[in-house]
Amino acid sequence: MDDRESLERLKAAKLRWQQHVDKVPEGKTGKAYSDCATSSGIDVSLLYTPEDVEEMDYMHDLGFPGEYPYTRGYQATMYRGRLWTMRQYAGFATVEESNRRYKYLLNQGQTGLSIAFDLPTQLGMDADHPLSEGEVGKVGVSVSSLADLEVLFDGIPLDQVSTSMTINAPAAVLLAMYIALARRRGISADKLNGTIQNDILKEYSARGTYIYPPAPSMRIINDIFAYCSREMPNWNTISISGYHMREAGCTAVQEVAFTLADGIAYVDAAIKAGLDIDSFASRLSFFFNAHNNLLEEVAKFRAARRMWARIMKDRFHAQNPKSMMLRFHTQTAGCTLTSQQPDNNVVRVTLQALAAVLGGTQSLHTNSRDEALSLPTEDSVRIALRTQQIIGYESGVTDTVDPLGGSYFVESMTNRIEEEAWKYIARIDDLGGAVKAIERGFIQQEIQNSSYQYQMEIESGKKVIVGVNKFQAHDKPAMNLTRIDPTLYEKRHEELAAMKARRDMAKVEAALARVRAAAGGDENLMPAIIEAVDVYATLGEVCDVLRSVFGEYRPDASF
Amino acid sequence: MEQKIRVLVAKPGLDGHDRGAKVLARAFMDAGMEVIYTGIRRTPEQIAEVAVQEDVDVVALSCLSGAHNTLFPRVVDLLRQKGANDMLVMGGGVIPEEDVPFLKEHGISEVFGPGTPLATIVEYIKTHVTREA
Repeated sequence: MDDRESLERLKAAKLRWQQHVDKVPEGKTGKAYSDCATSSGIDVSLLYTPEDVEEMDYMHDLGFPGEYPYTRGYQATMYRGRLWTMRQYAGFATVEESNRRYKYLLNQGQTGLSIAFDLPTQLGMDADHPLSEGEVGKVGVSVSSLADLEVLFDGIPLDQVSTSMTINAPAAVLLAMYIALARRRGISADKLNGTIQNDILKEYSARGTYIYPPAPSMRIINDIFAYCSREMPNWNTISISGYHMREAGCTAVQEVAFTLADGIAYVDAAIKAGLDIDSFASRLSFFFNAHNNLLEEVAKFRAARRMWARIMKDRFHAQNPKSMMLRFHTQTAGCTLTSQQPDNNVVRVTLQALAAVLGGTQSLHTNSRDEALSLPTEDSVRIALRTQQIIGYESGVTDTVDPLGGSYFVESMTNRIEEEAWKYIARIDDLGGAVKAIERGFIQQEIQNSSYQYQMEIESGKKVIVGVNKFQAHDKPAMNLTRIDPTLYEKRHEELAAMKARRDMAKVEAALARVRAAAGGDENLMPAIIEAVDVYATLGEVCDVLRSVFGEYRPDASF
Repeated sequence: MEQKIRVLVAKPGLDGHDRGAKVLARAFMDAGMEVIYTGIRRTPEQIAEVAVQEDVDVVALSCLSGAHNTLFPRVVDLLRQKGANDMLVMGGGVIPEEDVPFLKEHGISEVFGPGTPLATIVEYIKTHVTREA
């Protein structure tokens, strides 16, 4: 930073200031002057000065935006060039209703689609499966075959929008349906833009929608990487997600560490399967949470970007700079939404969204105020989208790249998060990598411990949640909630039966046999799955074939 | 000596959100109860079977996917069919206020929404279960 002499002067002055502070009586916020920490347990000082970033080397640690190590952003011009993609996660009930919601969002100025599937779809079960009862259309839209996807994207130009699909264990099948749909409209796969989440490791550690055991799951992911590297140059083949681990209760440091450790595991597996690092690494994308502590979150995004660049360069020897760039989507933290005084959530979401923007996100979902109560209403969704637009067009924070870069506090926090996250990554390496660490329950246990500690702090009042453990009000919220038609399960039954009656069963059976053969051997699964969904084999049928070859994952339950 | 209260924390349906269920399981243990957690994605049948086998006093159901109106009453029905008439069945998760009367009519003794203090739930169990020695 400054030269030696002025740093010495500063240290002397800071000592004098500290002696003064020591004499000031403790404040009334409940936080001592000497003892305060973030959710990750990182100490927070009352004041930061150049002394705290004494060791920082600008070119080595920060550099310029669009240049290694990308601390200040992955593009040279960031939001002056183009704002982030405003992408609201949406989908519920039927394909018709969800299609209307997508068109509504696009008309309101949203710039990309993000498809939420219901739980049966996410678990590779058709809507008429007995376990689907009660769940159809609830947390997302129900898709069982290509016929559903045709309606879901009716009137939406697939070559002009980018589509993100939150789909993991059956990601290959939904991607195959999307490719088949595009082909029917005369759009080749290389013209498609979008993302499949396809991140199975965090399903085992936090989110829960796994189907197959880790080894075959990693094989499916490798097949997707390999297929897309040849056929879909603009497709993000995975969205390596810390979001759900944070929702499950981990800290900011753990979010960075566990996400990057998962990333390392995917890269390791792909290299082991014979892929060249630079053939697939530029299509890896990430997904983080934006939680309450604004400046810790900003630092978290910056630290993650710098760490991934170093991992790709030093650990995996990537040559292409694009392989080193951490591009990420952000969603505000659902777990911070309160059912008490739900309008307060608009403010929480604003602060969290601001953190994501100050941290340089590439796309953003802002939660709706009523999501601790049910699926969001259209009004709530509009406010959430407007929140992004106000930050983007009115606040001025987008005019300068990485405006908090150089803040003594933010730089120091970025360094501290990085240091702590490296320690976790080293521990996970010692356990044999993320897959082994998950199989042993290490990551799950770490998340559970943090989650319990967080709850204890709320219980004791050490952590204040406005409207929940302080400033409570007794007004019952009278909000209109979105309700899903309870007869949807029966309706979907009939629809599926009608669709199945129209199919050419001989073709379906032949195509499913080819999927089985590919799964049992080492042929890439994607072409066979595309062929199967194209003749209207259902999601459940394809996944059942894979279940019979790969088996199902059944972990022990711990808490 | 008074016997410990036995609680089954259970996740019916396809929902994988079990942060709350796990926190509650630990809180019940810290409050001196014996706790069994089913893990995620259990059917009502599996839950009722474990509850009866383990002779629990309380079944605490958690669901955040919106399937509670289908799944919670089914657990109660199955328990009653198995003769477990005095088992306290309670629920939590993302459950709209307007669904609570329906659930209570179907044998769910109480519903705890997001933000409920752990102490409130522990206290509720302690006042509603008295285990005979």
